[in-house]
Amino acid sequence: MIHSLFLINSSGDIFLEKHWKSVVSRSVCDYFFEAQERATEAENVPPVIPTPHHYLLSVYRHKIFFVAVIQTEVPPLFVIEFLHRVVDTFQDYFGVCSEPVIKDNVVVVYEVLEEMLDNGFPLATESNILKELIKPPTILRTVVNRSTNVGDQLPTGQLSVVPWRRTGVKYTNNEAYFDVIEEIDAIIDKSGSTITAEIQGVIDACVKLTGMPDLTLSFMNPRLLDDVSFHPCVRFKRWESERILSFIPPDGNFRLLSYHVSAQNLVAIPVYVKHNISFRDSSSLGRFEITVGPKQTMGKTIEGVIVTSQMPKGVLNMSLTPSQGTHTFDPVTKMLSWDVGKINPQKLPSLKGTMSLQAGASKPDENPTINLHFKIQQLAISGLKVNRLDMYGEKYKPFKGIKYMTKAGKFQVRT
Amino acid sequence: MTDSKYFTTTKKGEIFELKAELNSDKKEKKKEAVKKVIASMTVGKDVSALFPDVVNCMQTDNLELKKLVYLYLMNYAKSQPDMAIMAVNTFVKDCEDPNPLIRALAVRTMGCIRVDKITEYLCEPLRKCLKDEDPYVRKTAAVCVAKLHDINAQLVEDQGFLDTLKDLISDSNPMVVANAVAALSEIAESHPSSNLLDLNPQSINKLLTALNECTEWGQIFILDCLANYTPKDDREAQSICERVTPRLSHANSAVVLSAVKVLMKFMEMLSKDLDYYGTLLKKLAPPLVTLLSAEPELQYVALRNINLIVQKRPEILKHEMKVFFVKYNDPIYVKLEKLDIMIRLASQANIAQVLAELKEYATEVDVDFVRKAVRAIGRCAIKVEQSAERCVSTLLDLIQTKVNYVVQEAIVVIKDIFRKYPNKYESVIATLCENLDSLDEPEARAAMIWIVGEYAERIDNADELLESFLEGFHDESTQVQLQLLTAIVKLFLKKPTETQELVQQVLSLATQDSDNPDLRDRGYIYWRLLSTDPVAAKEVVLAEKPLISEETDLIEPTLLDELICYIGTLASVYHKPPSAFVEGGRGVVHKSLPPRTASNESTESPETAPAGAPSGEQPDVIPTQGDLLGDLLNLDLGPPVSGPPLATSSVQMGAVDLLGGGLDSLMGDEPEGIGGPNFVAPPAAAVPANLGATMGSGLSDLFDLTSGVGTLSGSYVAPKAVWLPAMKAKGLEISGTFTRQVGSISMDLQLTNKALQVMTDFAIQFNRNSFGLAPAAPLQVHAPLSPNQTVEISLPLNTVGSVMKMEPLNNLQVAVKNNIDVFYFSTLYPLHILFVEDGKMDRQMFLATWKDIPNENEAQFQIRDCPLNAEAGRPGGNKNAGSTGEWAHKALFILFAPR
Repeated sequence: MIHSLFLINSSGDIFLEKHWKSVVSRSVCDYFFEAQERATEAENVPPVIPTPHHYLLSVYRHKIFFVAVIQTEVPPLFVIEFLHRVVDTFQDYFGVCSEPVIKDNVVVVYEVLEEMLDNGFPLATESNILKELIKPPTILRTVVNRSTNVGDQLPTGQLSVVPWRRTGVKYTNNEAYFDVIEEIDAIIDKSGSTITAEIQGVIDACVKLTGMPDLTLSFMNPRLLDDVSFHPCVRFKRWESERILSFIPPDGNFRLLSYHVSAQNLVAIPVYVKHNISFRDSSSLGRFEITVGPKQTMGKTIEGVIVTSQMPKGVLNMSLTPSQGTHTFDPVTKMLSWDVGKINPQKLPSLKGTMSLQAGASKPDENPTINLHFKIQQLAISGLKVNRLDMYGEKYKPFKGIKYMTKAGKFQVRT
Repeated sequence: MTDSKYFTTTKKGEIFELKAELNSDKKEKKKEAVKKVIASMTVGKDVSALFPDVVNCMQTDNLELKKLVYLYLMNYAKSQPDMAIMAVNTFVKDCEDPNPLIRALAVRTMGCIRVDKITEYLCEPLRKCLKDEDPYVRKTAAVCVAKLHDINAQLVEDQGFLDTLKDLISDSNPMVVANAVAALSEIAESHPSSNLLDLNPQSINKLLTALNECTEWGQIFILDCLANYTPKDDREAQSICERVTPRLSHANSAVVLSAVKVLMKFMEMLSKDLDYYGTLLKKLAPPLVTLLSAEPELQYVALRNINLIVQKRPEILKHEMKVFFVKYNDPIYVKLEKLDIMIRLASQANIAQVLAELKEYATEVDVDFVRKAVRAIGRCAIKVEQSAERCVSTLLDLIQTKVNYVVQEAIVVIKDIFRKYPNKYESVIATLCENLDSLDEPEARAAMIWIVGEYAERIDNADELLESFLEGFHDESTQVQLQLLTAIVKLFLKKPTETQELVQQVLSLATQDSDNPDLRDRGYIYWRLLSTDPVAAKEVVLAEKPLISEETDLIEPTLLDELICYIGTLASVYHKPPSAFVEGGRGVVHKSLPPRTASNESTESPETAPAGAPSGEQPDVIPTQGDLLGDLLNLDLGPPVSGPPLATSSVQMGAVDLLGGGLDSLMGDEPEGIGGPNFVAPPAAAVPANLGATMGSGLSDLFDLTSGVGTLSGSYVAPKAVWLPAMKAKGLEISGTFTRQVGSISMDLQLTNKALQVMTDFAIQFNRNSFGLAPAAPLQVHAPLSPNQTVEISLPLNTVGSVMKMEPLNNLQVAVKNNIDVFYFSTLYPLHILFVEDGKMDRQMFLATWKDIPNENEAQFQIRDCPLNAEAGRPGGNKNAGSTGEWAHKALFILFAPR
């Protein structure tokens, strides 16, 4: 199972190590550094690195490498999933997950890591339980620095049939909020037709309900959800037979469901990009023009639009004028970024101008790809709609809310 | 006011100061001090000197302080074993604490103290905890057994903890079950032989029940454990599959992949006609696709596994091509894997889309990726015949971009396309030749040279092109040199008149000026071929080449089946069986897919062959590996010899001979050397080959009763083979053969003195052998044999010596003596030398003789691939065939040819 964990920052310092079995020398990370050097960018470091006696599995999050050391045949996904869970837990505990924050809370970090694994076997990874075992730092406690952050009670939830929920939850305001968030991953080709498009959706919940509520959530069009992964609390049998989500929710924030609407179902593309990027051979000037406009938005406004593009190396500088928003071009990284804001269908935003190219060089081989970010409030682009939410098992009347949002995931337009 | 204050060290006597604080009376101060100690420990400072002081803080009611001390203990107990014993008492006490959290914590920490002395004290508390009323304590104790086993395996076995652990599999609490399974799996890994997890339908049922209720991690352990079970029939397999399928919707990707493993494995047992089989196939696709929307690290592992799944059951993902399309900001390791799977999924239906994508990728920035994309286009061309034309034109477009590495990759793959579709796309050669100068990578140069050599007759200036390469011959890599040699020889065979000089030049460059044995040997082979028999050379060098196979770098089916059992593990990431890389091969058990055992007797036997294994593979198709060198060797030397394996040659001689004699004769007669017969047919191979030939010809002769007797005088004589290499016999080399001349057997020997001294006093003796072969006269070497001299002697033999059955039958052990020493060697003699020429026998007589042979002397075996003509068996009557020679009365019966 998992032997050790090293946290390494982007400058290659090991700033934290934790061993669950015998101590593995730091020098094992040298293999990792080698691989890091070979990969030009941090993102490109291979996640599985073999060394003579160990295997290093790593994830890169928040500019920190989380490197797990294993010695025997262990499912790598198990390790990687666990590392992600560590990151999530840190974020949950400290708000952000960064080197200074981890260093500031090193004792809590150690206690948490100790609780998460025992001899390399996962022990408590549900944040509900962890928080009962080890209390997250609060402002009060850091100021007073007196009270302990270790709970002295056996986490009750850990043994019940609903290990994700602690008992004896009490709220004065009982509320349950659900956010349906969909991300569109798409590749659009030169001519504007869709090569591939898919939707990654999640339903995140924030449930603050007293006691042991039993919730059911039903959809207007559940047949959209044919590829789903559930939080362990969801009763799979009822979903299979009735297509409703029935569950006793964990306390607080959690992801109830994630789903995937694949390329085979037609995915509506809410924006289009018109582009005209041309380099001429001999000339040291190129033309650049892009326009962004709404396509299938179901009458909603597209906002938070950001256009980024990695320009070819031969581009020295760009002189552009946007019809709205602000733009920047970094001549070192060749990254063009245009913060558009809202799209007004009456007056489409555009960015026009020229590019100055290296004199004498032939025109670049590669065409820049345009990356698009945007948000659409109050719309789930797949058309998913929640029908109703019912609560059983408790007597009070909770406050319920549901919110929809569509975002661009990896939305790329080729030119 | 954060924890960072623990790290600040301003004063020099830090350890001393901490010591004082640890011994303070104030609880708060103590706790702060322990925190500081832990902080120092975590950044790698040595605070082991504080051991006794920290252990003193252990006896406390404060849970946090206790935990901190435990943390410290785990880290340093190893270096301070004597001190650690002080802590034992507290552990034992804590294991009795009313609070289950404390009990669990104590048993957990105990296991982490890796000190032999302590482990003995831990057995009792551990035993109690394994039977604790609180499941939380039990599940912690289960893991502790695994820890203890790691430290002292013997102790765990002696104390019977393993049995207790097995009992926990039937525990009422799913979490306890999961942990017990995990602990047992880990222990089993170091004991591959012990059957710790002997699964039976009852325990499987328990596991499946626990599967639904335990944590995600527990589900992984249970699923991995289930995958090791072999259901007894397809019904059981199906029922397990049905209960595992819901796991495919789990949010944890490791659970999903482990479930996929179980399903992929058990599916093997299900009949394909079953409705459920189709349902299952459909259910497998969405979760695999979903894995690809996860973080890149997860994607990578998923993709490596999907690569296996696609090879095993391509039908699962055949409609999902698009999800493998590459996004430009995917990490490179994801991009390369996606590309690989795209090619595997490419088919006639989606090839247009795939090609458009690949062309797009070929203009990206990342060099590695672009190269692989170009290569992928070539692989598509080879895989999907209908697309070949499109691929070639795409490649030509790419060559026009003049981007150096793109051009080079394109040329390498075009070479493969030529090999798959000969005489179809040669019109593009002109374009390729234009780019000759820009090629600087060995593989691309070699590919280009191959093309020029292969199509020399269509390229007007082929000789000039090749000559230009020849100038820097010695600076080229071996790959290019070998290729150049072959190409020029091809050119010579096609246009002999104008290229004689060129071929001379390259042969001398290869044979005389090169240090590379491969190159030199290939040079010699060509040289001798050309000088011996140019027509034969043409047949060999310009032989029709086998086509390269469609599917490149497929994993070999048996390995693939094994890897399917390892889905989700490191083995699946490396595409190697664990035995290939797991440290020391410890705990490696070969897994294999379960055979399909249908409960309802199905008669369709061809269906039971493992699905997915390409059965209709053409024998003349060789897979293209990256190894160009190996390929070309195969290519140029024609299809591999499909004769009988050489293993039948004499044991003592075989290998040594090849090296000794073969090399000697190779090196011995230098350039003018027209390889003697023993060059063309290596000595060791000669014996069995002759045997085969003899059987064939001898047999038909024997049975050919209509043809005259006595014509056998010119019977077949095998070329001389080296029997005793000089290096084994202090300079005496003996080669020889057996002949039969008009009724008398003789052994023709050639003795060569390769030593520096004169040899005299030769004598020869045979060991007892199957047919009583013995020298009929002493060995006559008239004059002393001076260095480097050779004599030829014919030694008459008779068959009156004593008899002993040898293995193989025609084995003959010979001792040769001279003034230096006695040397022994063994050889095989062809059986036909024993056959009498007047073998013609009256039909009655034959039958009588046949019946005279006692039954116990009759042995039957089949001779395969023996070219017998239709006449062959005729006289044998209902006993099929028989042949008796003068040795028949010795009751050894050897030929029994089937009709």
